Amino acid sequence: MTQARKRYLAWAVVALLTGALAVAAAGCGGGGKSSKSKPTSGQASIGKGEGALNLIEWPYYSDPKFAKKFEQRSGCKIHRKDAGSSNQMVSLMRTGGGGGGGQWDLVSASGDASLRLIRGGDVKPVNINLIPSWNDFIPIFKSPAHNTVDGKHYGVSLQWGPNVLLYNATKIKPGPTSWAALYDPKYKGQITIPNNPIQIADAAFYLQHSQPDLGIKDPYELNKKQFDATIALLKNQRKLVKLYWNYDTDGRAAFANGDVSLGAIWPVDTLALQAKGVPVKEVIPAVGATGWADTWMLAKKAPHPNCAYLWMKYVTTPQVEAQQALIFGETPVNPKACPFMNKIEAGSCAKYHLNEPLNYYNTIKFWKTPIPDCGGGKNDCMNYNAWQTAWTQVTG
Amino acid sequence: MTQLVEAGASLRSARLRLSAALWRRPWLKLALLLAAPVLVFAVVYLGALASLFVSAFWQIDSFTAAVVHKWTLDNFRTLWHDHTYWRITGRTIGLAAAVTVTDAVLAFPLAYFMARIAPPRWRALLFVAVLLPLWSSYLVRIYAWRTILAKNGALNWVLNGIGLPDAGLAYTNTAMWIVFSYVWLPFMVLPVYAALERIPDNYLEASQDLGAKGSRTLRSVILPLAIPGIVAGSIFTFSLTLGDFITPALVGGAGSSFIGNIVEDKVGQPDIPFAAAFATVPVVVMGIYLLIARRLGAFEAV
Repeated sequence: MTQARKRYLAWAVVALLTGALAVAAAGCGGGGKSSKSKPTSGQASIGKGEGALNLIEWPYYSDPKFAKKFEQRSGCKIHRKDAGSSNQMVSLMRTGGGGGGGQWDLVSASGDASLRLIRGGDVKPVNINLIPSWNDFIPIFKSPAHNTVDGKHYGVSLQWGPNVLLYNATKIKPGPTSWAALYDPKYKGQITIPNNPIQIADAAFYLQHSQPDLGIKDPYELNKKQFDATIALLKNQRKLVKLYWNYDTDGRAAFANGDVSLGAIWPVDTLALQAKGVPVKEVIPAVGATGWADTWMLAKKAPHPNCAYLWMKYVTTPQVEAQQALIFGETPVNPKACPFMNKIEAGSCAKYHLNEPLNYYNTIKFWKTPIPDCGGGKNDCMNYNAWQTAWTQVTG
Repeated sequence: MTQLVEAGASLRSARLRLSAALWRRPWLKLALLLAAPVLVFAVVYLGALASLFVSAFWQIDSFTAAVVHKWTLDNFRTLWHDHTYWRITGRTIGLAAAVTVTDAVLAFPLAYFMARIAPPRWRALLFVAVLLPLWSSYLVRIYAWRTILAKNGALNWVLNGIGLPDAGLAYTNTAMWIVFSYVWLPFMVLPVYAALERIPDNYLEASQDLGAKGSRTLRSVILPLAIPGIVAGSIFTFSLTLGDFITPALVGGAGSSFIGNIVEDKVGQPDIPFAAAFATVPVVVMGIYLLIARRLGAFEAV
């Protein structure tokens, strides 16, 4: 290749790159309108189904065991997209110009994603009067802070579960009874922790009881001083952690393969491991636990709103709540599901704490997205961005 | 019948006219040939790259997490000042380099044997052996390694069987190094093989005639001629490791995050601008690497 031709080629590449940059800048800049939602109180009645329903869901949240019947009755054919994490749900909902771009109808968001979706204008209010079972819900799940803002319901609560302390009973004797075990150097290299910024709340919850002088009232509302103390604790914990699991099935595999013997995980994993004969036991320490609560949230540009309402109505009925709870290993928000659970599996209602008195729920600190405004009008709490940055600093 | 002949003749004459026109205007021929690939390259490849760079200079609203289209260098400032990102970048580049060296050391003797010593049937067999892992999914191979390295896995079973203690490799950076070296090895073997195969026999004979021993021939003749192949292979192993996020997520432990993992996290948050800013780091690293590779003659035909 001659020198001149080489130079010509170089200029051509530069010209192409500049052109592409200009096109991209113009294209992206032009569409820069932020989508703020104007909340409305939702539709007045449920019309005829549109024939299809597009869900972003946790795996098994529209299990054919109960979804088939819905499809036959309503004529709404379900198209599902399984999500692996709350972050994935939020980004799926946000692509396509906000609100999922008219592709999705419902998302089964957990409490660490729901406020982000509401604030981002990705979801719209639901007329709760169209969901009859809502009146039967355990009171704290009717209008919880993670899905209800200014009295507007951005979805309907579904199921919940605690984050439990799991341990291998043959390797850890005696079994731990406190969350302190997860911060105990004795168990160095045997611990697994979820790889999720909301996990900071677990450490804060532990400090709330072990260091009362920090004055932590709510593990999701942390001021700078409380937050720094929590992060310092987590940085020490990192030295003990073998694996930060991304999917609970990874944490499960680490327990099954003997790589870890202690960790924070979900009841569904306890059940799966015990079914495989792994000698694990779960414990919820006396002070309580953090927990997740899921909500079917209605996408702002939902293309099939009637099918979406029909689905929310269907999955909150006692029979379906019971079925889903036992398929996934979680607890319904509708206490009328109790006898149906026991019918499927004797004693399962008590096993999943659905028969507990109302004050039991004071010991479960449900996930919610941290925001600066945590009462007192001071706006001095650390927001979720700060949580995520700090989590990267701890684990990265 | 005559109609058919006429139709055939007119078709033929049209074709002749077209080819004559193309022959008279060589630039037209070139334009027709290159239009589609250049368009795809410019729009799909450079366009995606450009939009990445542009969004790296934006930010998200801390309240709604929506993208704010205002030019700022904040993302790059954060990357520069927070030592977390230096640590992660260092880990990513360091492991990519370690994997590249490992693969070069492993691939050279194998490729040499395949190219110059093995009889044809052996060569075919070895080719299949090298390429066989590529027939199965990358994920399957990583999961396989996870079971091998696990505490109750095959490796420790063998070690304990011969009286040795557990290796304790599961969920460590060493595990990532092993898995990466394994999955990218074929990408090193093939270019090195191609380079070695092209060395004319009479070069080696000349070296012997001049009194050089085997080791001297290797150092002064074979290795210099194989360098372009090794460098070409290293571009694959280095860039593939640099951009990976699945292996760290599946076999890495605490403190195994790669640039790709942080980018994935940030895309999910969603903080696309920061993800884009961090994603420019491997692009720059690769640019520097390619410049060095060019110096070493990776892009020149032997």
